[in-house]
Amino acid sequence: MIFEVFRQERKGQPFQHAGTVSAPDERFAEIYAREQYGRRQESVALWLVPRDAVRQISEFPDEFEMKYRRVDGYSIKARLREARERAGTLETAPGGALVSDETAQWGARER
Amino acid sequence: MSERTDLLLSIADDELFLGWRNSEWTGIAPFLEEDVAFSSIAQNEIGHARALYELAAEELGTTADELAFDRKPEEYRCAPLVQLRRLEWARTIARHWLYETADKIRLAALMASPDPAIAGVAAKMDREEAYHRMHAEMWIDRLLSSEEGRTRLHEAIDELWPYALGVLDDELRPELRSRAESRLGRELPDVEPVARGVHEAELAELWGEMTMVRRSAPAGTQW
Repeated sequence: MIFEVFRQERKGQPFQHAGTVSAPDERFAEIYAREQYGRRQESVALWLVPRDAVRQISEFPDEFEMKYRRVDGYSIKARLREARERAGTLETAPGGALVSDETAQWGARER
Repeated sequence: MSERTDLLLSIADDELFLGWRNSEWTGIAPFLEEDVAFSSIAQNEIGHARALYELAAEELGTTADELAFDRKPEEYRCAPLVQLRRLEWARTIARHWLYETADKIRLAALMASPDPAIAGVAAKMDREEAYHRMHAEMWIDRLLSSEEGRTRLHEAIDELWPYALGVLDDELRPELRSRAESRLGRELPDVEPVARGVHEAELAELWGEMTMVRRSAPAGTQW
């Protein structure tokens, strides 16, 4: 049997996938996981999950390329600027460039 | 040498030699997971040996390393059971289980010792040995569950039984017999124990290997 092993490094942290152990049954798996993923005090807890118990989903069709569901390439800055222009709330910064208060703040944060 | 030091060295030597012997499987155990687990158990045994040598060293005014590596082969007190080279898995498991079963009886006696240092180290060892016992018991169940496994286990036990008795002092041997017999569901032969003090030829050979690096450099060399 193959067991997927998840380990928790410190109390309160999420369990993360550590690797697998191959063992004839659950008792062997427990010993093997303990020795492989716990002998150096690197884990405070382990989860052992028989691989058969894992339901994998791996198909995510996107026939119509619904890009609008994704955020990548969606520039908020440019759109905000356009919206402010339309609303007439853009301010003139020293030096002549047009910036709003908010975009100036974001710029500062980015730096 | 006091009786206390003699006792500490006997157990420390057992743990050191067994750890070393078990580590002979590192890299060649039947499968990867077992390789890692058995090697880890071997390292634990050596850790136990160190703790016991340190206690003895305090009394003798020496160090754990000197006790572990600088004595002559005939000065070691380990039971002949742990001296044997056993490159066959069923026999390795039989030895592991026989040793852990005997060790449990011995540790229980040590934990009741009026000497707080001995009782303390025994309790610490016992908490780790619990996992060694789990590992050994699991293998015994596995071997007993098939015809071939049962045959090979029983052959190995028969061969090692006189050695297993030799791990314990006289008064603790009946307890080992009754536990082993009830676990295996059969009677074990009435034999003369191969007791501590006997030095198998394999001990000197292992000693040579174990102390090779240390002997090649003068004492006090910093690594």
